[in-house]
Amino acid sequence: MGYLPRLLLFQEVKMAQTFTRPTQLKGMTQRRNGMLLNRFSQGVFVLLGLLVVYVLGRAFSQNPKVFVEQVLNGLQLGFIYALIALGYTMVYGIVKLINFAHGDVFMFGAFTSFYAVATLQLHRWPAWLFPDMGEGAVMLIGTVTVILMSMLFSATLAVVIERFAYKPLRSKPRIAALITAIGVSFFVEYFGALPFAFTNNYITYPRPFEVRVYSGGMISPTLIVGAWLLFVIALLLLGWLTWAARHGNVQAQTWKRHPLLQFGLLFFGFMAVVLTLTGVRIMTGGRVWDLSVSNVMLVIMGASILLQVLLQYVVSHTRIGKAMRAAAYDKAVARLMGINVDGVITATFALGGGLAGAAGVLYATAFKQVHHLMGIIPGLKAFVAAVVGGIGSIPGAFVGSLIMGQTEVLAAGFISTPMRDAVAFSLLIVVLLVWPQGLFGEPPAEKV
Amino acid sequence: MRSRIFVMLALVVSMLALSACGGGGGTIKIAILAPLSGDVATFGQSTRDGVLLAIEEWNAKGGIDGKKIEYVVEDSQCNAEAAVSAANKVIDQDGVKFIIGEVCSSASIPVSEIATAKQVFQISPTSTNPAVTVGESGTKPTIFRACFIDPFQGKVGAKFALEKLGAKTAAVFLDQGNDYVRGLAEVFISEFEAGGGKVVVKETYTGDDSDFSAILTKVKDANPDVLYLPDYYSTVNLIAAQAKEKGITAVMLGGDGWDSADLDRTAVDGGYFTNHFSDQDTRPIVQDFVKKYSAKYGAAPDALAALAYDAANILFQGIDKAGKADPVAVAKTLETGTFEVVSGNVSYDANHNPVKAAVVLQVKGGAVNYIDTVAP
Repeated sequence: MGYLPRLLLFQEVKMAQTFTRPTQLKGMTQRRNGMLLNRFSQGVFVLLGLLVVYVLGRAFSQNPKVFVEQVLNGLQLGFIYALIALGYTMVYGIVKLINFAHGDVFMFGAFTSFYAVATLQLHRWPAWLFPDMGEGAVMLIGTVTVILMSMLFSATLAVVIERFAYKPLRSKPRIAALITAIGVSFFVEYFGALPFAFTNNYITYPRPFEVRVYSGGMISPTLIVGAWLLFVIALLLLGWLTWAARHGNVQAQTWKRHPLLQFGLLFFGFMAVVLTLTGVRIMTGGRVWDLSVSNVMLVIMGASILLQVLLQYVVSHTRIGKAMRAAAYDKAVARLMGINVDGVITATFALGGGLAGAAGVLYATAFKQVHHLMGIIPGLKAFVAAVVGGIGSIPGAFVGSLIMGQTEVLAAGFISTPMRDAVAFSLLIVVLLVWPQGLFGEPPAEKV
Repeated sequence: MRSRIFVMLALVVSMLALSACGGGGGTIKIAILAPLSGDVATFGQSTRDGVLLAIEEWNAKGGIDGKKIEYVVEDSQCNAEAAVSAANKVIDQDGVKFIIGEVCSSASIPVSEIATAKQVFQISPTSTNPAVTVGESGTKPTIFRACFIDPFQGKVGAKFALEKLGAKTAAVFLDQGNDYVRGLAEVFISEFEAGGGKVVVKETYTGDDSDFSAILTKVKDANPDVLYLPDYYSTVNLIAAQAKEKGITAVMLGGDGWDSADLDRTAVDGGYFTNHFSDQDTRPIVQDFVKKYSAKYGAAPDALAALAYDAANILFQGIDKAGKADPVAVAKTLETGTFEVVSGNVSYDANHNPVKAAVVLQVKGGAVNYIDTVAP
């Protein structure tokens, strides 16, 4: 398992690498534009696109409730992919390496949290120290502790992998490291299967916090209005800052990129939409609009947006981020400028590993199961999502993942369930053909 | 010089000893093929433990006709390739004439082809696919099973849903790449519809999926009375947990793939599944087995252990009745005899499938309770 798709992907990766080289890209697009075949394939894609729009439109008009529920399902899946894809894209941005072991670091994170919760009961630690603490606070602090611990362990594993498997190959051709990555991935997967490591069985995951499902009537209107209000405030703030920046206010330009503002904008935006969709009860064709949203979904959404914004901040506003961008641009020159490139790469892997660890915990919490091969499929899909968004770009990974989640769920819901993965992976091919650098593919200078 | 003579002498002696072992017939050698690693490792371990208990009992009684039972255990991983190489190894290298295994149909079918070609006796404790014992040219002469087959479980499930649960509508999920799941699901659908029910949702997934939200949304919208999930516990755990969180109230139904200590009992709470045996059965042979098994392994036996124990006992009784350890002769005695074992009184039909009853169990409040016995 996992062997064949990986070999196929390997071809794709090679294609992606060739296409994303900007100098070649220009010539290639010009050449391709002149080809009749290209016109033909564009026509086919347009027709396919129209067909999809028709199928989805019909599904929506027939039963809007089910359609909206599927969109929400896709949103949850997309946010999980985003967490994994961010790690892929980070590492690719700096080292130009598709770290196939990323999915297995994700698995490692899930298992770490499994032991922390099931064996050590670490998610209950505030209650040991402060027995009077409220249940909600214990749950919150305990869960955050478990996630942070998994992030730490996963980051350590990622750094160890980098140190022993990738660093010795840094001066070798890129293909060597790529193949090593596949080897490392298999090693981690099957080492995890050994009885003294993890186990080869499927294990039911004890969640660090209880799942609550909020259906239509349970969500108070104040919450919905509050979310919209905060979103509108963030939006107005952004508008004002943009206006100020255009009129020569230099500070406004920096404030515009402030992580808090970006987080507020994204988080409250999604929150408002999700809560409105689930909270409002409407009668549609005799059916009650009884959608529900679980706290797992909200946690995943919050964590994924938070980490995305934080990562963006680290990369664009901090010293290490600046060093990362410099190393991504040109390692040799960065080294001459006194940047510790090896340190920067280690930090990149640690960050990526930490993100994978967090994703592992949230994935296991959502689906309530861990096993040693759990990283393969989500890892591959997140990788595809990163390529769709433009590998190397952080917002690209985020948007690509949301697209991936929707594609998969809508394909399963309205086109054909057995085809869901086929449709999801064809997205990769379509994007590579039509838009090789991905949606947010940026010139290399800003790539991280 | 002297040492060389010693070495030669030692060689001659050891060769004599070896040949005595191979040709003397002081023992009967059997092989256990079971998945001891991979997705369904717990199935394989229970199977091995069940067979080993039976071997221990027979050897304590002095063996079969005075011949002790020897065994080899191979990890056949519930997959065709591993099972084929394991079968070839035990037959060609170890000279085994009797195989107990495999657990999974997808592995037992290729093994049965090899066993038929090489005239080796095979009894699978738990492979429920019809093709294990019946090939293109009719019933395979030396292949048997200890469990009932998929159509029977699907039939019992449908009958139970219609008659005992009063269900009118059903949703069925199936893994299209898994023969076992497809077998149960297809028979369930045809029996349920033949009995006046309606299958409102039929969805397929693949074994790699972990997000079932898209197809569960369809189930929620259709709001059926029962949700039939004839997969192994690993997938059922995933689906059931997500179904509960989606607010699906349909009663979940399943097959013997649910029978595992790792089944997420809170997720499938209130659900029913068909099975081969229940340790709450009061027949003395069952209680005796449960007592011995618990004493030896420190845990109550599951159905896999019981069926493996049965398979071994049917085989040993067969050899005993035939009077010789010859696969064809043993097969003849199985075809004509009746065997009282833990999972009921077993006799064989023309397709080498056992004729016996099934039990329906319910998962409730963290426990698995015996509900009903459905006779064929």
